[in-house]
Amino acid sequence: MALELFTVGEPIADTKAPTDVPIGERWSERRFRAKLVNPANRRKLTVIVVGTGLAGGAAAATLGEAGYKVKSFWYQDSPRRAHSVAAQGGINAAKNYRNDGDSVHRLFYDTVKGGDFRARENNVHRLAEVSTAIIDQCVAQGVPFAREYGGLLDNRSFGGTQVSRTFYARGQTGQQLLYGAYQALERQMAAGTVEQHARTEMLDLIVVDGKARGIVARNLITGEISTHFADAVVLATGGYSNVFYLSTNAKGSNATAIWRAHKRGALFANPCYTQIHPTCIPVHGEYQSKLTLMSESLRNDGRVWVPKERGDTRDPRQIPEAERDYYLERIYPSFGNLVPRDIASRQAKNVCDEGRGVGPNGLGVYLDFAEAIGRLGRPAIEAKYGNLFDMYAQITGEDPYEVPMRIYPAVHYTMGGLWVDYDLQSTIPGLFVIGEANFSDHGANRLGASALMQGLADGYFVLPNTINDYLASGPFDKVDDTNPAAIEALEGVRAQTERLLSINGNRTTASFHRELGRLMFDLCGMERSEESLRKALDRIPEIRQEFWTNVRVPGEAGRFNQSLEHAGRVADFIELAELMCVDALHRNESCGGHFRAESQTPDGEALRDDENYAYVAAWEWTPEGVPPVLHKEDLEFEYVHLAQRSYK
Amino acid sequence: MNLKLRVWRQRSAAEKGKMVTYEVTDVSPDMSFLEMLDVLNEQLILNGEDPVSFDHDCREGICGSCGVMINGRAHGNGLFDSHPQTATCQLHMRSFKDGDTIDVEPWRATAFPLIKDLAVDRSALDRIIQAGGYISAPTGTAPEAHSILVAKKDSDAAFDAATCIGCGACVAACPNASSMLFTSSKVVHLGLMPQGQPERNDRVVNMIHQQDLEGFGGCTNIGECSVSCPKGISMENISRLNHDLLGALRAGARPKS
Repeated sequence: MALELFTVGEPIADTKAPTDVPIGERWSERRFRAKLVNPANRRKLTVIVVGTGLAGGAAAATLGEAGYKVKSFWYQDSPRRAHSVAAQGGINAAKNYRNDGDSVHRLFYDTVKGGDFRARENNVHRLAEVSTAIIDQCVAQGVPFAREYGGLLDNRSFGGTQVSRTFYARGQTGQQLLYGAYQALERQMAAGTVEQHARTEMLDLIVVDGKARGIVARNLITGEISTHFADAVVLATGGYSNVFYLSTNAKGSNATAIWRAHKRGALFANPCYTQIHPTCIPVHGEYQSKLTLMSESLRNDGRVWVPKERGDTRDPRQIPEAERDYYLERIYPSFGNLVPRDIASRQAKNVCDEGRGVGPNGLGVYLDFAEAIGRLGRPAIEAKYGNLFDMYAQITGEDPYEVPMRIYPAVHYTMGGLWVDYDLQSTIPGLFVIGEANFSDHGANRLGASALMQGLADGYFVLPNTINDYLASGPFDKVDDTNPAAIEALEGVRAQTERLLSINGNRTTASFHRELGRLMFDLCGMERSEESLRKALDRIPEIRQEFWTNVRVPGEAGRFNQSLEHAGRVADFIELAELMCVDALHRNESCGGHFRAESQTPDGEALRDDENYAYVAAWEWTPEGVPPVLHKEDLEFEYVHLAQRSYK
Repeated sequence: MNLKLRVWRQRSAAEKGKMVTYEVTDVSPDMSFLEMLDVLNEQLILNGEDPVSFDHDCREGICGSCGVMINGRAHGNGLFDSHPQTATCQLHMRSFKDGDTIDVEPWRATAFPLIKDLAVDRSALDRIIQAGGYISAPTGTAPEAHSILVAKKDSDAAFDAATCIGCGACVAACPNASSMLFTSSKVVHLGLMPQGQPERNDRVVNMIHQQDLEGFGGCTNIGECSVSCPKGISMENISRLNHDLLGALRAGARPKS
């Protein structure tokens, strides 16, 4: 099918995981086989780390502690702003402090299954192994985790698993973990091992003789575009949810660093795997700039419903019980309101598509606490969810203790990202990719409280142990501004900047971003079909064409210019959107967050096709007009048996 | 609703700035304050004018990027009886009335040089953290997490201090442009944890020393900081810092030169 959309290239495989030993020994064996770098030689080696979230902040600090010369880049004013800061719920670790049957193997199993069998077993097992050391590390840094009266750490259950393995710091776990990494990073900056580049955005990767040797970056205050060189480059630049314009990501979160690396030869894996979180505050108007998540813990006590009749606009409190449809409880009697994220999201979409959605634009469902307040009393609900209720009231102006909350799904996380091997190295030697920016651990659906775990695992424990194997062959030949590859990259960035500023058309960058986002959400969002994706693929090149001829970017290149920053990011989102649709169209199965209308069971559930699609789709960039090339990495399941998920 | 905005415009630190008046029409009460500025900026771009620069990122009140003076109050905190203390991004237009005139200005402090319009450079706060706002625990050296017990009341109080988002509102609100609430929140967070004890004396003297070097003013216990803080960080932290500082100096701790 769809031969004109892509071509199939050579298969690809990870060669770094030592598969000749059992899975529980592979990480230890890999560290043993990897080459090391003598401490005295480390200071001769330079590593660029782009991004200062959980992955990038932890990696830069740890590499600095190890004695490497680190150059750290971030686009915000301070490393503490990275969007990891906004994660609410918690971080998983297989400590088994509750004595409830948890283990490394169980965390591994839950994550592979939760990812709907589209993740690589070796990477996920390692993630589960290092999870426990993360908690130790964070406690030693002074992260104020929730504790019990005896002084021990508290845990809670999360995201549908049957054990309590989630560590948390009230509803601000991401903030506190990030500050731990940030403080470790600032300590290294003071020690002189990490050089700081605040408000500096990576705009291209410099590849010399096939190796990643540096970046081109723009100083966002002065507008100066310059080159920075190193022996290895680490991208920790997060996910690409903002391709949908409205998402729970920070406004500045963008795909530019990974997209430019992709255009320089790094394969992009599973771009269509996106997570749409079911409990967000609905869109309230055209001018809306971002969506806010409400922790999924609310589904423990809130009941989700819509009116049985279409177009019922009565006050929800006036709708009698008999005229309400508690659709999750009806369709999934055993899991009810606690079905996984992808299922809860898709069913909300379905009832809204039927015309039964609530709120001003019909894109919302009720999350009702009346029954819980009646059963437990208002003080108990306040104690459990008070801060979330306050946040909801602040944003919507409605009191959720009196009127049911309105919620709707929103794009929240991207499981896809640059392809990496077991060492977290991309297909460009010397280019490593960590955290949400890579594809490796979550398959087609990420479990709650696993993003923080992966970011810190990659940053503190995985990358600092694998990058040595590559750097042991360095220091590499000196590269400077006179190198043709550096000149070409620098001139390319300058030319694009000038081009954006010179179009002077009639539409703002934001108007293009909104149009692209709406199109992606409607046609490549919670449900995708061949028809919707082909429609998107017809329209995206037109948007791109219009963008490059009719966008208006005010201001100058040599100054602080936020309009210019946004325009460059949107230009890349448009290209990435096209690849996401190609990937979604080629994957003619449903798995995790990727639901293809053509691939469902008779009762409307996601239907995987393991025979044809149990692989990672790693895409090679091709110039405009040439279809991208698909490289398949076959997924083998030695330790977890393939099974269809059921929540009924 | 329709509003009149008076916005501080300044192309760079080297150039002179001034208040410029703009009319913004059809503002929805459901918009956030920053979304209202987005609408203004789209109008300005289409009219061929320079949009207003302002820092922002998460837009859910946690990253600390945003922050402007609204009618003379940091993040607008204290202007509205019914509105809880928040960051600018969580202030919604329903707090205002049709026909209001709103003054919008940047944080003003010697230690926060202006970049453009409403955006300022707050890297001085990062340098205060660099001076000692951490626990030295290199990756891989940590003992088993449960080998360190922390009393719940200490852990809770440490958490309350640790919620500081580093936005700089405390500095902007303070008549002395003091960063004492910011600095104390980190000193107290780490000082209440057993892990933070070995460096406790050095931490406080070095952070205070750096705060002085950056040009922040002294604290005279006015309290504007705490009522402007989006996280409601208490002034009790400043008292605790002073207690630590006296103890450290008495014990002979001196700032690294």
